[in-house]
Amino acid sequence: MSRNRLGRPPAYLLLPAGLAVALLLVPLASLVARAPFGSLLERLAAPEVLDALWLSLWTATAAMLASLVLGLPLAWLLARVEFPGRSLVRTLVTVPLVLPPVVAGVALLTAFGRTGVVGAPLRELGVTIPFTSTAVVIAHTFVALPFFVISVEGALRATSQDYDEVAAVLGARRGAIFRRVTVPLAAPGIAAGLVLGWARSLGEFGATITFAGNYPGVTQTMPLAVYTLLQEDLEAAVALSLVMLLVSVVVLALLRERWFGQAAR
Amino acid sequence: MSLLEARVRVRRSPQSLEVDLDADPGDVIAVIGPNGAGKSTLLRALAGLEPMHQGTVRYDGRAWDGPGAARPLTPQERGIGMVFQQHLLFPHLTALGNVAFGPRSRGARRRESEERARRWLTRLGVEDLADRRPRELSGGQAQRVAIARALATDPALLLLDEPLAALDVGVAMALRLELARHLADFGGIGVLVTHDALDTLTVANRVVVLDQGRVAQVGTPDEVAQRPQTEHVARLMGLNVLRGQGSGTAVALDSGGTLVTTTPFEGRVNACFSPAAVTLTLAEPTGSARNRWPGTVTSVVPHGAAVRVHLAGPAPLIADVTPGAAAELGLAPGRSVWAAVKATEVGVYGIAAPPAQAPLRSRYV
Repeated sequence: MSRNRLGRPPAYLLLPAGLAVALLLVPLASLVARAPFGSLLERLAAPEVLDALWLSLWTATAAMLASLVLGLPLAWLLARVEFPGRSLVRTLVTVPLVLPPVVAGVALLTAFGRTGVVGAPLRELGVTIPFTSTAVVIAHTFVALPFFVISVEGALRATSQDYDEVAAVLGARRGAIFRRVTVPLAAPGIAAGLVLGWARSLGEFGATITFAGNYPGVTQTMPLAVYTLLQEDLEAAVALSLVMLLVSVVVLALLRERWFGQAAR
Repeated sequence: MSLLEARVRVRRSPQSLEVDLDADPGDVIAVIGPNGAGKSTLLRALAGLEPMHQGTVRYDGRAWDGPGAARPLTPQERGIGMVFQQHLLFPHLTALGNVAFGPRSRGARRRESEERARRWLTRLGVEDLADRRPRELSGGQAQRVAIARALATDPALLLLDEPLAALDVGVAMALRLELARHLADFGGIGVLVTHDALDTLTVANRVVVLDQGRVAQVGTPDEVAQRPQTEHVARLMGLNVLRGQGSGTAVALDSGGTLVTTTPFEGRVNACFSPAAVTLTLAEPTGSARNRWPGTVTSVVPHGAAVRVHLAGPAPLIADVTPGAAAELGLAPGRSVWAAVKATEVGVYGIAAPPAQAPLRSRYV
């Protein structure tokens, strides 16, 4: 046993550490304990639950794809190309990370609302975004994109730029280097960023309810459904929460190799 | 006019790089010098990976950089091959994929690129490793694939940055001979950065010695090996070179002490002798050797069948002695000894003015 070679860990460190674990685990355990296992399948098969589940899955996936298409080029620019204002762009991109989600929702409303900079011209064309499923996807992308960009930029920076130079010397143009060298080498980091962004979308609440509303079947995602059900049917809310807990555990398992595997190595 | 005419000027700290380099087809130039002398920077500037603040690079009459070029050509546009100390094979591609990468990037079709890659793997003797990934290759195998990758694009200029330095001695020896053969077949211009005297002597036909960003010496491998102008090269070649002021057959050493030779010389002079010509004793020697200095042992390391002893003192030098003698004298760092060298063993030659600003002309340097 090598861990105690420097002496016993003192109680004033062990105690708070134990409390921290308890604080994190007790609520989860009681959630599982309160779950109505007998009627679980029946409750989850209820139409409004299935609607919320399906909406959550496809909007989170759409937001993930939007993050990939928009975020990967941005992450690459931030990691590989020197341009004036680069650190300013990086700072601005990270703002939504610390923004309260409800503020994000209000901001999106002012931009895409009927009189917003984007919303007004769109309305001329007969397109309304707020309180539609599209709004859900936009809200999700807004909160997930910064996660994706920051995590992929880190992955790109961690990949040696030497290989880019080797590829250039061998005659590959910038775009070919990106496709054939940079992206394949950073693929694990990009995948982790996608999973992280997807999980972030799935749990999104504040921006969605503010910008897209809470319409069953249209904008009522899983977290919104849990919140709504909580008012009338605690057991149903617990059942739904259990599903989301399960999803989180699966995400954690997917990322485990990447995060904890490296730390343990 | 030479095929390659390079006036490389790179601003960097602590000292800028100013190196002139001309080369003709078939030339293999060894670039040697201590760490930080600017060897790798020189290669990167020739490749277009390092921006030059002035200077020119011209190849076959075409400006790659400097006046005559609207902008510096990118590495892609230069048509060069590069081999690095760490092979830098793409980890996600097989050996074949790595070698085919260049031809493919330069517009060849997939099948054509792979055929070409296979031919080059065969020439380097690693065709049976075509489907392996770099992590499944040994250091020597990986470096062979890396050399094949560099040559598969038919480069105008082949730049090698210490390609053998990371390999085991035996592997490096075998690959060195092959590399010399491939460079001879290559017919283009090779520039080889190295820390190894053997590389210089076996592979190159010209040597450029860099020191602190400047050319300290140029010449054929023999010239540089026999008359090194810098301490670094002398050490590299395993020679003692002491500098001083010649007056008749006596040389007042810059390090203190005097040295006697059989060749009279006036003015600034290099005195050079082999480590094997040095004898060590515990007491001041009284024999026929004209040159004797006290010294302190600073290191004792095995050197082939002998033991190489570094001494500090009025004449800092290296001596090769037998392991038996080393044991008998109790040679260890800190030990005080006397070193003796017969005057007949010492060669002298003048100290050349640094040729940094004069471009090397072809092979007649």
